[in-house]
Amino acid sequence: MNDMSKTLDAVQKLKFYQKGTLTVGNRLVVEDERSVQASLDRSNALTCGHRACQGCGEALGARYAMDAAMRVTGGNLIAVNATGCLEVFTTPYPETSWQIAWFHSLFGNAAAVAAGVAAAMRVKGRTEVRTIAQGGDGGTTDIGFQCLSGMFERNDDVLYICYDNEGYMNTGVQRSSATPAAARTATTPAVGDAPGNVFGQGKSVPRIAVAHGIPYVATATVADLHDLEHKVLKAMSIHGARYIHIHVPCPLGWGSAGHDTIRLARLAVESGLFPVFEAEYGHVTGTRKIRHKVPVTEYLKLQRRFTHLFKGSVVDEARISRLQAICDRNIDEYKLLASQGDA
Amino acid sequence: MQHPFAITLDVGTSLANHTGSWRNERPVYVDRLPPCNAACPAGENIQDWLFHAEAGNYEAAWRSLVEHNPLPAIMGRVCYHLCEGVCNRAQIDAAVGINAVENFLGDLALKKGWAFDTPTRETAKRILVVGAGPSGLSAAYHLRRMGHTVEIHEAGPMAGGMMRFGIPKYRLPRDVLDGEVKRILDMGVTLELNQKVTDILWAMHEGSFDAAFLAVGAHIAKRAYIPAGEASKILDAVSVLRSMEGREKPLLGRRVVVYGGGNTALDVARTAKRLGAEEAIIVYRRTREKMPAHDFEVEEALEEGVLMKWLSTITQVDEGVITVEKMALNEKGFPQPTGEFESLEADSVVLALGQDVDLSLLEGVPGIDVKNRVVQVDMNMMTGSKGVFAGGDMVPSERTVTVAVGHGKKAARNIDAWLRGSSYAPPPRNELAGFDKLNTWYYGDAPKTMRPTLEIARRVSTFEEVTGGLDETNALYEARRCLSCGNCFECDNCYGVCPDNAVIKLGSGKRFRFNYDYCKGCGLCAAECPCGAIRMVPEAIHS
Repeated sequence: MNDMSKTLDAVQKLKFYQKGTLTVGNRLVVEDERSVQASLDRSNALTCGHRACQGCGEALGARYAMDAAMRVTGGNLIAVNATGCLEVFTTPYPETSWQIAWFHSLFGNAAAVAAGVAAAMRVKGRTEVRTIAQGGDGGTTDIGFQCLSGMFERNDDVLYICYDNEGYMNTGVQRSSATPAAARTATTPAVGDAPGNVFGQGKSVPRIAVAHGIPYVATATVADLHDLEHKVLKAMSIHGARYIHIHVPCPLGWGSAGHDTIRLARLAVESGLFPVFEAEYGHVTGTRKIRHKVPVTEYLKLQRRFTHLFKGSVVDEARISRLQAICDRNIDEYKLLASQGDA
Repeated sequence: MQHPFAITLDVGTSLANHTGSWRNERPVYVDRLPPCNAACPAGENIQDWLFHAEAGNYEAAWRSLVEHNPLPAIMGRVCYHLCEGVCNRAQIDAAVGINAVENFLGDLALKKGWAFDTPTRETAKRILVVGAGPSGLSAAYHLRRMGHTVEIHEAGPMAGGMMRFGIPKYRLPRDVLDGEVKRILDMGVTLELNQKVTDILWAMHEGSFDAAFLAVGAHIAKRAYIPAGEASKILDAVSVLRSMEGREKPLLGRRVVVYGGGNTALDVARTAKRLGAEEAIIVYRRTREKMPAHDFEVEEALEEGVLMKWLSTITQVDEGVITVEKMALNEKGFPQPTGEFESLEADSVVLALGQDVDLSLLEGVPGIDVKNRVVQVDMNMMTGSKGVFAGGDMVPSERTVTVAVGHGKKAARNIDAWLRGSSYAPPPRNELAGFDKLNTWYYGDAPKTMRPTLEIARRVSTFEEVTGGLDETNALYEARRCLSCGNCFECDNCYGVCPDNAVIKLGSGKRFRFNYDYCKGCGLCAAECPCGAIRMVPEAIHS
């Protein structure tokens, strides 16, 4: 065998599909390797007619996650929803967009209610029925935080999914503890010496969840369906407290175009601003590598909540470089570049 | 209905809420024109046959290919693949090896003995094709498919034209040529060899033909006046290459000089090397950049040890030696004599200065317009003489096999229309699927598979094919590198990314449909479509 044919052999062994590797479906791969979303019989847990804005990332993320969970449980699923966009736009009385057993109580108690649902199912001997709690970042990182931490430390058999759109969008775009630094919201206006949200505040609930040492914690985005579905399926294969934090761009609150929702989720990952990882029992076990690294400005420029950084001829270099530093720190900490090896 | 305490309305589904009324733009599925298809002189639907090939449906791929071009195994070897030059994939890593996949499909068809469909009806119209080169064969094939009776009159002893008498074996093995010609004849096309048409009107009258397609090619070598001694040996490229097909190989000697800078000059120089010449030197009056020959052929010739003498003209040929004058480019880029001379040893000089058309069969035909030594045709490929069409090298064109094949198809369509008393109207072209229409995030990184090139040592001593074919694994791999520009490849992205569940999947091979009752017009489907097969269109505003 000469050198050239050796090289060719090496190339052929890659075996990936040159197109469709990253797409929702792929006619060239066998059925059971395709995503749940690609199938004709996906459950459409969140169906048409809901009142989310054009290009809503949360509506998309919720269908992705719930359809995967419905598939793996054979429909034996109860979802408990915190108050928030997701609850409001899907269930204006007396209509519902949910095609699953769905329960809403209060803004702050979704984790506690879900823990109760799981306990009730256990008492009734309905072990096949699984429980999911879900909410936005407000209902999770702020208002529902105590109930969430309690559910974690008790290791209740609940998967909690947070759809993080980085603010209270339903009530008029107020800041939450998940709002990024420098972002303009109704409560952090772009005025004065330090426009937008303050640097050095807020919290990372995925890291706090990891610190609870629960069986499974993961972050995901609507830009990577295969990764998101994989994480939901994996979470559903485990019992005990589990947490998935999904980044869902919000055209209304971020001031972005509806057609840019997935692009923004992708740029958040590719810039390093939103690290995608998973952790088991308190330790990070895997990260999603950056494919084509971009500067954070690529992400910021598509959003009106950051336009004050680029106003006119004056570019707020200081704040932009602080945001870039956050990205770089994430990249180092989670080893987000392929060249950095495994985390 | 009885309601529980504090409940006054029946529970319902949000399906009652038609959010489609929010929309000010609607997505529509489109088929845009892939750059490869737009560039193909033979009008192949490359994206379509690659779509079948990448799924391993090779026969479907081949059948799609031969809708437009009946000579894929030949084309996979001799086409200069303009398609690859404009391939959008080149902006990601490297162009898709379209030509290599075509070669693979063509060879597979010959191996498996796939035949063309015979026509389902006979029109009883008789058409004379003059010349069995690529253009004539292509026209004959398309006309026969339409149900016409086709007779080819070829002046030479074998079919193929310049594909046989101009293109060397190391680029086009003759069994491939014979196989693809035979397949056309098997459809019921009559081929008369050694049948030179000397008067087209007489030939048409004699054979009761309703129309004729002339594709006699350009076989007459152009000469240049060079002062030459008595014992000097000056040959022309056309006769050298033609005699390669006979029993007596041309005697060129140990040192061969080829005069000219086109592909034919390279073919002769490379042939001379294979015949045992120690030195083959190309003398060309301009620079390498100005050479009309294709760059990859120049590269291959240099690899094989062919020498090049740029900016030189031959001023005198004597026995065993020639005189060359050096040239310099003036400010307009034209070569000017410098008055500097040098001598080169040469046993023979081969002139490769271009070819002319033998137009004797059109002599005295009223209405024929000859300009620049080629026959003028109208948009429908018809000459000034009613019912007489022409194509290939004898009409104004870039003289390549692919262009000739394209002429044959175009002429066939026009002849068919003319016979029915109408004229052929080509369907409107779709908008071009440029790189800006794609979302390339979704395509994996996949470098181009190189066709194994024969080691140089073996190449210069034999007439074996220089560029080998792909095998099935790497042909499949290569086909899957296609981005499917502008045409849905059923990746399910639109179906997946719609936040409103407003895309209906119709099942394998049936693509998708929008549910405009619920589509809010966000445009995510269009933005995330990898291949640019969705367009956002403004909604009409109702007052």
